[in-house]
Amino acid sequence: MDYVIEMLDIRKEFPGVVANNNINLQVKKGEIHALLGENGAGKSTLMNVLFGIYQPEKGQIRVQGKDVNITSPNIANDLGIGMVHQHFMLVDTFTVTENIVLGSEPKKGLKVNIEDAEKEVKRISDQYGLKVDPKALVRDISVGMQQRVEILKMLYRKADILILDEPTAVLTPQEIDELIQIMKSLVKEGKSIILITHKLNEIMSVADRCTVIRRGEGIETVDVSQSSTSELASMMVGRDVSFKTEKTEATPKEPVLEVNDLVVKDIRNVDMVRGLNLQVRKGEIVGIAGVDGNGQSELIEAITGLRKAESGKILLNNQSIMNLKPREIYNHGLSHIPQDRHKYGLVLDYPVAENMVLQTYYQKPFSSKWSLNFKEIYNHAKRLIQEYDVRTPSESTLARSLSGGNQQKAIIGREVDRSPDLLIAVQPTRGLDVGAIEFIHKKLIEERDKGRAVLLVSFELDEIMNLSDRIAVIYEGEIVADVKPHETNNDELGLLMAGSNKKEGEA
Amino acid sequence: MKLQKLTGAWIPVVSIIFGLLAGAIIMLLFGYNPLAGYIALWNGAFETPYFTGETIRLITPYILSGLAVAFAFRTGLLNIGVEGQVLVGWLASVWVGTEFSLPMAIHLPLAVIVAILAGGIWGFIPGYLKAKYQVHEVIITIMMNYIALYSVNAIIRNVLTDRDDRTENVAETASLKVSWLSDLMPNSNVHAGIILALVAALFYWYFIEKTKYGFELKAVGYNPHASQYAGMSVKRNIMLSMAISGGFAGLAGAMEGIGNFGYMTLNNGFTNIGFDGIAIALLGGNTAVGVVLAAGLFGVLKNGALNMPLSAGVPHELVDIITALIIFFVAASYMIILLRHKLIKLYTDFKNKSKKGGANK
Repeated sequence: MDYVIEMLDIRKEFPGVVANNNINLQVKKGEIHALLGENGAGKSTLMNVLFGIYQPEKGQIRVQGKDVNITSPNIANDLGIGMVHQHFMLVDTFTVTENIVLGSEPKKGLKVNIEDAEKEVKRISDQYGLKVDPKALVRDISVGMQQRVEILKMLYRKADILILDEPTAVLTPQEIDELIQIMKSLVKEGKSIILITHKLNEIMSVADRCTVIRRGEGIETVDVSQSSTSELASMMVGRDVSFKTEKTEATPKEPVLEVNDLVVKDIRNVDMVRGLNLQVRKGEIVGIAGVDGNGQSELIEAITGLRKAESGKILLNNQSIMNLKPREIYNHGLSHIPQDRHKYGLVLDYPVAENMVLQTYYQKPFSSKWSLNFKEIYNHAKRLIQEYDVRTPSESTLARSLSGGNQQKAIIGREVDRSPDLLIAVQPTRGLDVGAIEFIHKKLIEERDKGRAVLLVSFELDEIMNLSDRIAVIYEGEIVADVKPHETNNDELGLLMAGSNKKEGEA
Repeated sequence: MKLQKLTGAWIPVVSIIFGLLAGAIIMLLFGYNPLAGYIALWNGAFETPYFTGETIRLITPYILSGLAVAFAFRTGLLNIGVEGQVLVGWLASVWVGTEFSLPMAIHLPLAVIVAILAGGIWGFIPGYLKAKYQVHEVIITIMMNYIALYSVNAIIRNVLTDRDDRTENVAETASLKVSWLSDLMPNSNVHAGIILALVAALFYWYFIEKTKYGFELKAVGYNPHASQYAGMSVKRNIMLSMAISGGFAGLAGAMEGIGNFGYMTLNNGFTNIGFDGIAIALLGGNTAVGVVLAAGLFGVLKNGALNMPLSAGVPHELVDIITALIIFFVAASYMIILLRHKLIKLYTDFKNKSKKGGANK
């Protein structure tokens, strides 16, 4: 059997940790090979070894059957290996083509020959059905498109082996479907793909084979068609995993959050929330379902005090919190798990402990009149780290060096521990593995059962369906439907999210 | 962890040695004796109590201007206006020193406090404009430097004196010159300001590292979005940070006004105390200890260098190149860290290979 990539007995150590221990990965030509593992299992390390960013302590790498020594990403590129990172590396103010040729610009005399490059980009785009406009500015195109630009960049550089690092983490369901089509057409043209992911249903729908890594050890490589999601999940986590979050019927009581006729504008001064009405009661989880960009962010920002509301009413426990400062709103009993944990949730250069008092550092016991009480801050962190299973070497580790799942657990610990009346969770499990998702879902339901009101915003329908007691569908800044999860299904929700109202959906 | 701390302290030392070597090569190339040059440098900084006093006198405002830049930097702001804030503080201290007649216990603290306030206000203005109107602080602070320079000159000429180019001397009750220090280092301009500067460094450390205000300022510097989310006021912190930064700079001005000179003259150009403060802050990694050490290095080099043309015959121009090289190497310590990594890697590779060879036998 011909393998395009063989990584044999790879071992990579970091001070104090073995990130990869004797892992084997063999990728056949023309296949989509999934690399599955929890956050921090060693997937990225392994790929960084293949891409020349890290040097392994032990082991062998073969590309197209030949022994190679990949000491830098340039060598990886020369060998036809291309990597699309989770965080895109694009220049916002350049066009698609300019981004693609960056670093290997075709020259015509002293000038960059952008016209020829544009033609070439167009040709490759058509060949694989990428539908990318070579002349568009990167800042004007959607995240999904930007990802295709990254893929195009690899293809332009004649890569035969594409590594995609959690490509779907940033995409909407529709974009995910399109990406899957693109991946299939790429392998049809003879490319090979290594797909790093922890989303099982994606693997089932697109991958040919799958290698599972757990805590730095290679567990097994299986044919996807011979396997099942539950088998893969238990291989990945090392125990059986339940997909359906178990919960009892909700017993909602009096309303905690009431939003009436709310209007919010975005930076461009366009109404994004248009007369929205919403109510969340004690003891229930209300899920807001909708396609990204229908006013979810503006709604949440207005409730949490990060954005000015134009008109309407926002009541928390019967008191108006509209256009108060974030700190005042927190003191009214709100907690907020933000959508972007790096941008909003954490000060990455602060230790975990200090991040866990980001809102409360100025209050007793964390602070006296002037100075911080580090002993209390660190004890508080120790407790939360334990309770919320945050895996970190210590409380004084910088938040930056935690894996995504553990960063999220730290945020959730911080927010839930303030025992708020209203807990807002936006995309709380974005980019996390099943183990962490299970944990976070359990915590949210626990909070509901303690009698708290939970407002959940998610672009993942499964999450909405699983967790919510009530689903409010948002479309163009309004709640267009209010349904119970057991009275609806994904298709109907999909239609509602696309703007056809409920009556038509049923007809 | 311990090992890392040790190597951390090593790096600047190695950098200084590299800088000295590079300076030595320059001197050799031009036919001067590097050893004599460096002995002259050392003697110029420390040979007699007089030289030591002058070195300390030079270090004093450097510590404060370095702290000023560093403080703003920790909040993510570039205060290029320290120069102007120094001038304003200088003028304010001289104004209080010359125009009032009070007992020392009130006069001296008053002069110091007014200088701090003046610098603070001069720093607050760009902070306010940045917070309210998103005008970039670098542009405003640069312009504020010119406004300070020429306004101060105008005030000296028209308000404090009658078209004179130098103010009166400040009253003895407002002077930082203390006899025990002057007796210790006779004839030098050393003054008690060094104590204020060190206290300021201590205050800086405590404020930034230990107080809740420092926690906020740093958080805003690292990540304004998360700070806003967490309920901190980004705007308030920007204004506060620029004002405190300006306060340090104003105090640096007082060091010249009621310490070193005891008066103020018209200035043709900038003092460079503020601009050197930028280099000192960056060199010191924006920490209190780092700034004090970097200011020490600047002071020793600048004062010692004055002696190089006299004692070793090295021309002024070369001396400037050599001191710049030393500072350059310290600033480029990153390069040395890199070199160290390469060396360690080479060594371990070599060790691994020889091990493997041994096993194969």
